[in-house]
Amino acid sequence: MSDPRDPAAQPERTRFAWRRTTLAFAVVVVLEIRRVVVEGGSVGGYAGLSLALCTWLVFLAAGQRRIDQLAAAAPAAMAPGLALGAGLCVVASAMSAGALLL
Amino acid sequence: MSDPERPSAVRLWFSPRRLRAEGRTPDYRFSLANERTFLAWVRTALALVGGGIAADQFLDEMARPIRTTIAAVLLVGGAVCAVRAVNHWIRCERAMRRGEDLPESRFPGLLAVGTAVAAVALIVAVVVGTRR
Repeated sequence: MSDPRDPAAQPERTRFAWRRTTLAFAVVVVLEIRRVVVEGGSVGGYAGLSLALCTWLVFLAAGQRRIDQLAAAAPAAMAPGLALGAGLCVVASAMSAGALLL
Repeated sequence: MSDPERPSAVRLWFSPRRLRAEGRTPDYRFSLANERTFLAWVRTALALVGGGIAADQFLDEMARPIRTTIAAVLLVGGAVCAVRAVNHWIRCERAMRRGEDLPESRFPGLLAVGTAVAAVALIVAVVVGTRR
């Protein structure tokens, strides 16, 4: 009988990879908050910061969804839409940071 | 020139069915390794974005146009890196399904050279630019 737990702990490692990526994203959001707090926010600044917060929440939800899927015994590959969504969140965070520069 | 047997990877971005139609499902551990590589590239992209924001905030003795240019280059680099991460993930996934070699890429080398050049330029800018 096959072992339900993968000896190489692949699902766990993938879960942690999602968690630390979400944390790295949080650092970007914190840097944007610092900028608005320290240097004062323009309208573009607040718009950029709101965009960054929203995209971080979307990324957090995407990661959580994937982590739920990884609980299966032999999880299926990530859906292309999830990868695309995660990538677009990062693009949006770059755009929000661009709005802060204005 | 488009080969119906080899649809462009971009078309696969939007269609899980089209990806599943390619070849056979590999061992799930290979797919998870590919996913972690994708996430590592996403973190690289986030590091570039964070570096752009940090450059704008912490190089405050540098002339504003230079500082903003450095930040903008890093932010654009981060966005490119993120899009490329998605594309590379899907190309690797397709190659594994088809039992082909993994796709080759110039991107890591270009990014390494670009990062090294940018780092040296930044050191020069900080040493020269902040003394005025």
